[in-house]
Amino acid sequence: MTAKNLIYDGTFDGFLSAVFYVFEHKLKTVTIQNEFTVQQGLFSENETIHTNEAKANRVWKGIKSKLSSQGSYQLYYAFLSEQSGVEDLLLDYIQYTFSQYHKVDKDYSHPSILKIAQIAKSVGREKHRMEAFVRFRLTKDDIYFANIEPDFNVLPLIEKHFKRRYADQKWVIYDIKRNYGMFYDLKNVEVMQMDFPDNFDFTKTNDAFFATQEFEFQKLWQDYFKATNIESRKNMKLHIRHIPKRYWKYLSEKQPI
Amino acid sequence: MSFQRTQEKLKILADAAKYDVSCSSSGSKRANTNKGLGDATGMGICHSYTEDGRCVSLLKILLTNHCIFDCAYCVTRKSNDVKRAAFKVQEVVDLTINFYRRNYIEGLFLSSGIFKSADYTMERLVAVAKKLRQEENFNGYIHLKSIPGASDELMREAGLYADRLSVNIEIPTEAGLKKLAPDKKREDFIKPMVKVKNEIIQYNAEKKIIKSTPKFAPAGQSTQMIIGASGENDFQIMQTSNHFYKNYNLKRVYYSGYVPISYDSRLPQIGSEVPMLRENRLYQTDWLMRFYGFDVSEILNEKHQNLDLDVDPKLSWALRNLHEFPVDVNTADQRMLARIPGLGMKSVFKIINARRFRKLNWEHLKKIGVALNRAQYFMVCESNQFEKRDLTPEKIKGFILQNSTSKYQKTLSNQLNLFG
Repeated sequence: MTAKNLIYDGTFDGFLSAVFYVFEHKLKTVTIQNEFTVQQGLFSENETIHTNEAKANRVWKGIKSKLSSQGSYQLYYAFLSEQSGVEDLLLDYIQYTFSQYHKVDKDYSHPSILKIAQIAKSVGREKHRMEAFVRFRLTKDDIYFANIEPDFNVLPLIEKHFKRRYADQKWVIYDIKRNYGMFYDLKNVEVMQMDFPDNFDFTKTNDAFFATQEFEFQKLWQDYFKATNIESRKNMKLHIRHIPKRYWKYLSEKQPI
Repeated sequence: MSFQRTQEKLKILADAAKYDVSCSSSGSKRANTNKGLGDATGMGICHSYTEDGRCVSLLKILLTNHCIFDCAYCVTRKSNDVKRAAFKVQEVVDLTINFYRRNYIEGLFLSSGIFKSADYTMERLVAVAKKLRQEENFNGYIHLKSIPGASDELMREAGLYADRLSVNIEIPTEAGLKKLAPDKKREDFIKPMVKVKNEIIQYNAEKKIIKSTPKFAPAGQSTQMIIGASGENDFQIMQTSNHFYKNYNLKRVYYSGYVPISYDSRLPQIGSEVPMLRENRLYQTDWLMRFYGFDVSEILNEKHQNLDLDVDPKLSWALRNLHEFPVDVNTADQRMLARIPGLGMKSVFKIINARRFRKLNWEHLKKIGVALNRAQYFMVCESNQFEKRDLTPEKIKGFILQNSTSKYQKTLSNQLNLFG
């Protein structure tokens, strides 16, 4: 049997459909790749997988019945990491899960289980960071707007948090790296895409778009941030460990005044 | 809200509030109701970090830094020549709401200098919290300071709006307090603490019968002690801390290394170093007490009145109790696993889960994340390689220090020079 390379559309359902295909055809040597990052193997044959919701749901239901709730969310978190090769790791995890009678998601001495747990932990950390580092800016149309650029695709994970918290204000959180966002209209959250002017600078607060009082509150926040620091305890190493520099560009307290 | 006035006040009153360490925003159960603003059900979130590495989670300010007291250790003491300012209730409400809406903060931490009287001050603090809850439908986190000497009625009202209440005992011993803050009495700190404790007990009992009982300080109460201002040793500090945890059901005791702010001869002089390493060791001890099943007397007692600075308190305990080791990680119970130096509680739970599937060896443990440079001397696993030499505590300590770099290298360099 030749090696197969399954190509899916990048969605979680697409990935699960590919897993379904692997089990259906009892494939032994197989890799799963996102269609945006396909790399041609020398000796493998490509097969395009059509996303099928019913099949995906069957796989997901099966996985959930074989794992603790923590195990299944770790699987989903790890998928959102978009790391290259993570699909194969997930497949190995899933195959191991189905081959055992008992739940195995706590088997931290198994390489794939430990690896997935570790990736899920980084994604979880990124999720938590985004819940902390999103900085809303009030626009002229009374919408609180924030742009983010997370390492992993965590927007689907943070939606609930913001919906619950900011129930009485309209907001948009936009992932400029993946070019999509979430818009809350006081009732529901919808996925949306926006076109920004060519010269739009996401790090700046431009008075053509943002409300006048926005500048005052940013200034007050910067003042507060400075005043609450204790100079004689300065520890930049610790500071940077907590807020790595790559996050600074969209933090209002880190902008030059 | 006049921007410039507010800006000026914010600078003064944030600066004066920064010595309060607590920034916790977790542990509450206040959910968003009626599509209001905010939610304090989840874990705490640190929205930013200052350059000294401390978390910024709450808008931490004083209502005013006018104060009738003259406590030597305090930057807002009456005799100190600093700019004074006072917020209006509405100003604090506006700042809190607008910062919260922009996702800058989890809520408000409001403290105050004491002006006129304890009750007068407490009343104003309560007024801010009440306005936030009732007029703004704000469900974020509110931490109010209990003003020493405030009446029971006000403390009860405070607990209805706040998530956490705290009163800082500041000086670990009564003798120290007498010396540095002669106009304050320990009883005045204790009184509001007792009231809040009793209200929480009563709330928990009533909630079981009537589900709609209004919440009372759901995130509990905490306190803070200054370290290194009044000459106490670590044993005395942790005794006090243990006393407060046990008798007042505190959620947290914070330790704050004294930052010199005055030329008062009773205190360390300006320019002397903040005892950050000592503060860190005290927090480690606090954690060992609360999460690792240690009794405080195992770590600090008449014989060992101060914590070692060069090694962490758990390692230090282990070196004094080598007869308890080595521990077999494949069979030991949770209590004993938690006592192995280099093993945190996360690793302990991972080990307990993982060893159900197969016996663990060094490779597994390393991948799980155990700090083997310390742990290896205190455990055995599925391997015939383990420490077989009969090492003395000093030897082990030497090996460990040789193979590790402390982030406090600079502070420790005096001691390390002996080996170099």
